[in-house]
Amino acid sequence: MKPFMKTGLYALLLLTLPFFTDFAFGKTWVRILDFALLYVMLALGLNIVVGFAGLLDLGYVAFFAVGAYLYALLASPHFGLHLPFWLLLPMGAFAAGIFGMLLGAPTLRLRGDYLAIVTLGFGEIIRIFLNNLNAPYDITGGPQGIDLIDPVSLGQFSLNHSVYGYYFLFLFLALGTAFVSTRLQHSRIGRAWVAIREDEIAAEAMGINTRNVKLMAFAMGASFGGLSGGLFAGFEGFVSPESFSLTESIMILCMVVLGGMGHVRGVIFGSVLLSILPEALRYVGPAQQSVFGKIYVDPSSLRMLLFGLALILVMLLRPAGLWPSPERRRELAAQGETARHENTNVYDAARD
Amino acid sequence: MPNRPLFIVVAAILAGCAKHEAGSELVVRIGSVAPLTGPQSHLGKDNDNGVRLAAEEINASNLVIGGKKARIEVLSEDDQADPRTATVVAQKLVDEGVNGVIGDLNSGTSIPASKIYSDAGIPQISPSATAIAFTSQGFKTAFRVITNDRQQGEALAQFATAKLHAKSIAIIDDRTAYGQGLADEFGKDAKALGANVVAREYTSDHATDFTAILTSIKGKHPDLVFYGGMDAQSGPMMRQLRNLGMNVAFLGADGSKSPEFIRLAGRSAEGAYASTPGMPLDKMPGGQAFIEKYNARYGKIQLYSPYSYDATRVMVEAMKKAGSAEPSKYLPYLSKTEWQGVTGPISFDDKGDIRRGTVTLYQVVNGSWKAIP
Amino acid sequence: MEIFLQQLVNGVVLGSIYALVALGYTLVYGIMGLINFAHGDVVMIGAMVTLTVARLLSNSGLPGPLIVLLGLLAAVPTCMATGYLIERIAYRPLRNAPRLAPLITAIGVSILLQNLAMMIWGREYLSFPQIIPSHAFSFFGASISTTQSIIVIGSGVMMVCLSFLVKKTKLGNAMRATSQNPEVATLMGVEVNTVISLTFILGSALAAIAGMMVSAYYGIAHYDMGFMLGLKAFTAAVLGGIGNIEGAVLGGLLLGIIESMGAGYLGTLTGGVMGSNYQDVFAFFVLILVLVLRPSGLLGERVGERP
Repeated sequence: MKPFMKTGLYALLLLTLPFFTDFAFGKTWVRILDFALLYVMLALGLNIVVGFAGLLDLGYVAFFAVGAYLYALLASPHFGLHLPFWLLLPMGAFAAGIFGMLLGAPTLRLRGDYLAIVTLGFGEIIRIFLNNLNAPYDITGGPQGIDLIDPVSLGQFSLNHSVYGYYFLFLFLALGTAFVSTRLQHSRIGRAWVAIREDEIAAEAMGINTRNVKLMAFAMGASFGGLSGGLFAGFEGFVSPESFSLTESIMILCMVVLGGMGHVRGVIFGSVLLSILPEALRYVGPAQQSVFGKIYVDPSSLRMLLFGLALILVMLLRPAGLWPSPERRRELAAQGETARHENTNVYDAARD
Repeated sequence: MPNRPLFIVVAAILAGCAKHEAGSELVVRIGSVAPLTGPQSHLGKDNDNGVRLAAEEINASNLVIGGKKARIEVLSEDDQADPRTATVVAQKLVDEGVNGVIGDLNSGTSIPASKIYSDAGIPQISPSATAIAFTSQGFKTAFRVITNDRQQGEALAQFATAKLHAKSIAIIDDRTAYGQGLADEFGKDAKALGANVVAREYTSDHATDFTAILTSIKGKHPDLVFYGGMDAQSGPMMRQLRNLGMNVAFLGADGSKSPEFIRLAGRSAEGAYASTPGMPLDKMPGGQAFIEKYNARYGKIQLYSPYSYDATRVMVEAMKKAGSAEPSKYLPYLSKTEWQGVTGPISFDDKGDIRRGTVTLYQVVNGSWKAIP
Repeated sequence: MEIFLQQLVNGVVLGSIYALVALGYTLVYGIMGLINFAHGDVVMIGAMVTLTVARLLSNSGLPGPLIVLLGLLAAVPTCMATGYLIERIAYRPLRNAPRLAPLITAIGVSILLQNLAMMIWGREYLSFPQIIPSHAFSFFGASISTTQSIIVIGSGVMMVCLSFLVKKTKLGNAMRATSQNPEVATLMGVEVNTVISLTFILGSALAAIAGMMVSAYYGIAHYDMGFMLGLKAFTAAVLGGIGNIEGAVLGGLLLGIIESMGAGYLGTLTGGVMGSNYQDVFAFFVLILVLVLRPSGLLGERVGERP
């Protein structure tokens, strides 16, 4: 098949997917697809930090929160402000980018797990502030959150009641972030990221300003998070600190690693899969009944159990992720035969 | 799309369970939403059981709606106490064509979900969401059978100042929508009634160690400690309070008034106060029967199953009155329905809040909760 | 002064609990450079098993401490078996995999253990029977109970034993050799697989002890309890320098004291703007500060730029 035909086919599939999905499974699944696209953006953002630059970030959801709260505060009755979304989304991305640099600056010297715990702390700090800034002055609404957030709308046209409208908006922006990710990967800065991921000292010796390059990774990754945060707020119409817990950060990290770190397509695959899997597992309960005639295990307990099991099995069978980049697969294959002696640490064979 | 095989699997499963033989019988589908996994799942399961018990009873009593024999079918969904999941679940129930929804358990999930139910015109009765915002968004479909934070906070403050004669009060909350909302309302009202809030401390809903905040409170010598939060925290908190040698009175809210609180606090529970929206369950007509049936069927009542039970009964009652289970048909009747529930008389005001919501206070006496007349 | 001393005592007790759990993290990390995210859940299993035994025997007329000891006797092998299985199934096959792969399986194991525990022990918060007589005694005006002092002393003893084991015994030698270079260790006759299994079993035994102490002291256990506890303990281990046994205890104590002082005095320090709601912010702030100044924790070895 010719490349443009293939692209056309993909485009057609993506454009008709929500209608097909609605027809086959109902609006729920269109909504699930919407969230899947949101997670694609988040995972692609985290992929820049973790996958490209090799900086383990466990507090990524903080940037998501920054974008969401910025949108919520400036487009809801909370302060009586109603700014348009085309202004708020870039603002959210920008604000999150600034936060990314704020996080990056003190952590430049840290590596590996020390960095992980500091980013985790940063994520918690943001959440705690959001949860508590309702006194003495009410800024974020505290645990009550902010409700009645304006939906994404342009002039008279509002996406308020349409899961389809959001699908196309999210699809457009997700494809945009995928495109930016791919271009970044092959750009000068993208190669610099890979260089510091593989060997920071060598990268520095080659004349790469590791400080700026790392900060750039944090800022870029964070801005993707901020963008999706704004979209989340507009889509849900309600934000509260509960949505930005550590578990969410871990989930996004799972999407990146499970899909194939550093590989844009793999990460997209991973995020779509992991956002759909828990929902698909909801049908296990009823399925149990139709197969065995009665329910043996409480379906709600079974659902997360199977999810945990899936994470383990996938990683055991495909340690580099479900869809790693071709280069990475070659590296891993080579490691098996020749590069073993370089291992310094049992679990640390292939440093990322 | 790379994930199509999954879709096909899902489609197959869906098709397998989509067989709903309607027959001559009218099937009324009621969604029940609560966290069935995660740290609050014991409460979620309890709510779900309340709905199921109500449905079983109604089905056993030959339900007739609009002259047609009808049967209730309960669809339970897990919202994981997560706002995002709550909206997905709401959409799922809307897609499955439920006639009404009992849920969610939390305010943080009820609020985003209420938008979807409102768009679809499906009535939603929360058995346990107390945040004021839930019914103040202007949605016609949002109701609750429990007093909101303002109603309960006021009653608690009245009790604290008038009955317990508290002059200086220490307030603790768990920084959840429930705990903070209630504690703030309580504090406001207590101040208005002349009490002095000498300490305002905070914890979290996964905390187990409260010695630091309690010690800090100890230095301020209050004559009452109020806690806005759940039993899983207030139980151990009570124990640590007494271990620190503090003999101050302790007042919790509905989140603390559970048998679990007494078990967790052990001997230290003695003398603690807590409240329950509505009337004492065992004194109500049908209340004792509910307790016995529930215990026989599902074990002990956690907290809100009487409310989810009542919510279900009210909803079905409105359907009977309207002669239809169509959401648009029975919704107008829901606000007009009066129902003598096991938690007290239930009717709704124009916002969807429970009208004249009463609050009963309890004290632990000899290891069990006793209503204070 | 009295209040300050009490806060210090509170902090030390809380810190000792963190330290106990942190020891397990640090032991595994020290040998394998792997964050065992499921460690907190093994602690939970330990707590649950002890609690179950305590409930079964609470009316048997046996003395309270003996019952708890029997509970521990059941919890330790259960946790050891769990730890061994986790390593065998979820980590060993991934030894030559990319670094983050075992992290994801660890998260998977954690979810799995929690949901299994939910199926076995139910969704409710379980209360630990009050069978241990606890007497509070005064220490310059601050009150300490016997259980509290047992926890503090226990974590100290545990640290000393572990330290002795790693530094002075043959197994400790093998462990350190494995952590330095597993290939060379094999050449020197060290059974690397056995050593790693033993490390996991040892770490899980520690988890069982921690679980017993946590559930008996706070009087509560829940299938979800491991997550927060594990997180705090992991933070403590990093604060002290992960991989370092004394560091884990130091980090745990420090974190406990920081939290309790933060909760107690943040309000006074900031004039009421920030209260105990910011205690975790305060704790993380201190952590970040420490790591900025000492990137490998308080007692962690300064590693060269090259691993």
